[in-house]
Amino acid sequence: METNGRLTAVNESVAEPQHPMDRFLRQDRLPHIWCSGCGLGTALNCFLGALIKSKLDPDKVAVVSGIGCSGRVAGYVNMDSFHTTHGRAIPFATGLKLANPALKVVVFSGDGDLIAIGGNHFIHAARRNMDLTVICVNNFIYGMTGGQLAPTTPTAARTSTSPAGNRDHPFNLAYLAAASGAAYVARWTTLHVRRLERALTEALLKPGFSFVEIISPCPTLYGRLNKQKSGLEQMQYYKDRSVIQHGADPRQADIALNGQIVVGKFVDLDKPSYLELQKG
Amino acid sequence: MNGDEACAEAALSAGSRFFAGYPITPATEIAERMAERMPDVGGTYIQMEDELASMNAVLGAAWGGAKAMTATSGPGFSLMMENLGLGLITETPCVVVDVQRGGPSTGLPTLVGQGDMMQARWGSHGPYEIIALCPTSPQEMFDLTIEAFNLSEKYRTPVLLMADESVGHMAERVVIPPVESLELYPRRKPTVPPDQYRPFEGDDAGVPAMACAGEGYHLHVTGLTHDERGYPVTTDPAVQERLVHRLIEKIRANRADIIRVESRWLDDAEVIVVAYGISARVALLPIEMARAQGIQVGWLKLVTVWPFPEDLIRQLARRVQAFVVPEINYGQIALEVERCAAGRARTILVPHAGGDIHDPRVVLEAIRQAVEGQGDGVTG
Amino acid sequence: MKFWRTPLDHDQIIIPRGQITVIPARCKGCGLCENYCPRHVLAMSVAFNAKGYHIPEVTDAEACVACGLCQIMCPEFSIYVTEVASRVAD
Repeated sequence: METNGRLTAVNESVAEPQHPMDRFLRQDRLPHIWCSGCGLGTALNCFLGALIKSKLDPDKVAVVSGIGCSGRVAGYVNMDSFHTTHGRAIPFATGLKLANPALKVVVFSGDGDLIAIGGNHFIHAARRNMDLTVICVNNFIYGMTGGQLAPTTPTAARTSTSPAGNRDHPFNLAYLAAASGAAYVARWTTLHVRRLERALTEALLKPGFSFVEIISPCPTLYGRLNKQKSGLEQMQYYKDRSVIQHGADPRQADIALNGQIVVGKFVDLDKPSYLELQKG
Repeated sequence: MNGDEACAEAALSAGSRFFAGYPITPATEIAERMAERMPDVGGTYIQMEDELASMNAVLGAAWGGAKAMTATSGPGFSLMMENLGLGLITETPCVVVDVQRGGPSTGLPTLVGQGDMMQARWGSHGPYEIIALCPTSPQEMFDLTIEAFNLSEKYRTPVLLMADESVGHMAERVVIPPVESLELYPRRKPTVPPDQYRPFEGDDAGVPAMACAGEGYHLHVTGLTHDERGYPVTTDPAVQERLVHRLIEKIRANRADIIRVESRWLDDAEVIVVAYGISARVALLPIEMARAQGIQVGWLKLVTVWPFPEDLIRQLARRVQAFVVPEINYGQIALEVERCAAGRARTILVPHAGGDIHDPRVVLEAIRQAVEGQGDGVTG
Repeated sequence: MKFWRTPLDHDQIIIPRGQITVIPARCKGCGLCENYCPRHVLAMSVAFNAKGYHIPEVTDAEACVACGLCQIMCPEFSIYVTEVASRVAD
């Protein structure tokens, strides 16, 4: 219903139109559980766009996730998807890939799941240059459980388990991945949608361990606790602070509170992947 | 060959093409044999960074379509518990071998123990049923590994092979039949198209057909409580009830098919020695010595320890005086025997902290005391 | 668009046009589409959907050039653009 050209009531009873990405989504489970302004939806959107551009057969793509808000990605994609235990998405994905190398196995995880409890598996899979694409949606906090400190929380940031400000050093995930031996490392924020989609396409097509870190807003927890009330505000923060530096040394790409966020493609090596090494 | 090697060979004979493990005495030989032999059969051996990764890789491989196995001992077994639960709720067929050693904690890496038996049943959190088999010889390490794979596919569940260091490191003649002569249970695939397939809807035996990744079924598999479509439903106790009930009944209702025991001299027994693993084999000598002295003692070997043969123990309790349970721990399966005997017969534990097998004379003494009406209770 | 002189290939430039479709039930009113649309096509409505979120509505349909930014940015998959007949720049 309209008045003066503006909507005054929303009619939801008409049949829902088909979004172009709907064929990749379990529509009976939408709308998803992520908060208003959460970057996970955008990250998923870019991933699906990358999937289309990569021309991979969706019947042969398997998505493995861990626990947390990012872990819920597996439940919304209309592909073979596995929602495993906390931190163990990578070894599960390893077994899946090795048992059926024809599959394209993608790991979708969050910063806590991937690098805290899952840290050991992360560095070993990178070391092996295991044929996996690992996507880390980094919101600097443990969202699902209510906003606790994560290994990526910047020093001085507030969380529910660091109410006076974090007195700890965070990980630099891009550096960790590169140092562990990943063949492809890129970092983008959910603001950089087109570049992120391109990076994800490259990551999907690259043999070996490809790692894409997606800096993502968490308005309900990280944002609220750190004076960035909405997803929009956090996106503005990314816009103000991010600097694109392709080929940058990941060592110089630490993320500090109110500091620069260096984004770009940091590592793109030609290195035999785990499967390639097995054939030798 | 020794028990560990026989176990590895059996897995290959059963069609296993994926092994993920981590070195741990006394199960390392299984991993080493797999590393050597997997390339021969076109399979994959991967040494993971820890036991948690190994367990998960096995689950992933199973969903990739492979028959997958891992092997460990006590400390690694503890690490695998959470993800064993993932395998249970997602109904992932796989085999986990625990070659038990002295415990608790790091304990006695090179010496025998049987202290993980209750952990095999209850080690993971939440309500579930599990299948655990106990070999008593290298030949049985072979035979029961084949059976473990068959049971895991038939009931779509992880199956435990609870071996021990004695059996694992013992070298004896093992007959390996040709693969064609083995009865192997194949993975049951769905017969309906993807839109009609329900990956977590049981058939008459409560077991769902299993499609794997890459077959066009667009599965969703989650460790959260889920409905028949596999979608998580975490706010409805009715869904929890349906799922857990089916998972439990899947094993309990089919226990006549699953449970196996071996027995001798039960018909005239006044006292029955109930044992499993190496202790079942060790018990034969004192039993023969006792029978030579005129004591009517029987032998009950538990091939399947879980599900526990409750009906059989309850039945036997009605006509014997006592059960004697020698085990290399301070009372685990003995507790089950005592529970099922329900006071109708006494249960006498012959404990052993670990490090070697029972002295036959100690077991003989326990049998003699049992017949003379002495001794009762597992925890004293 | 204002030029200080007419470009030589002016009549060959085709400006794409897009038609926006919003799926109201999915929208959570985050405002990303409204904020990042380079042509200011959208504005959050006064009305709200069944969950109580203000949804985006098209206020300047002519301005949409089917860039697709709203579509790719939307976390809810609740907005997309379909390219319709384009027009020559004026």
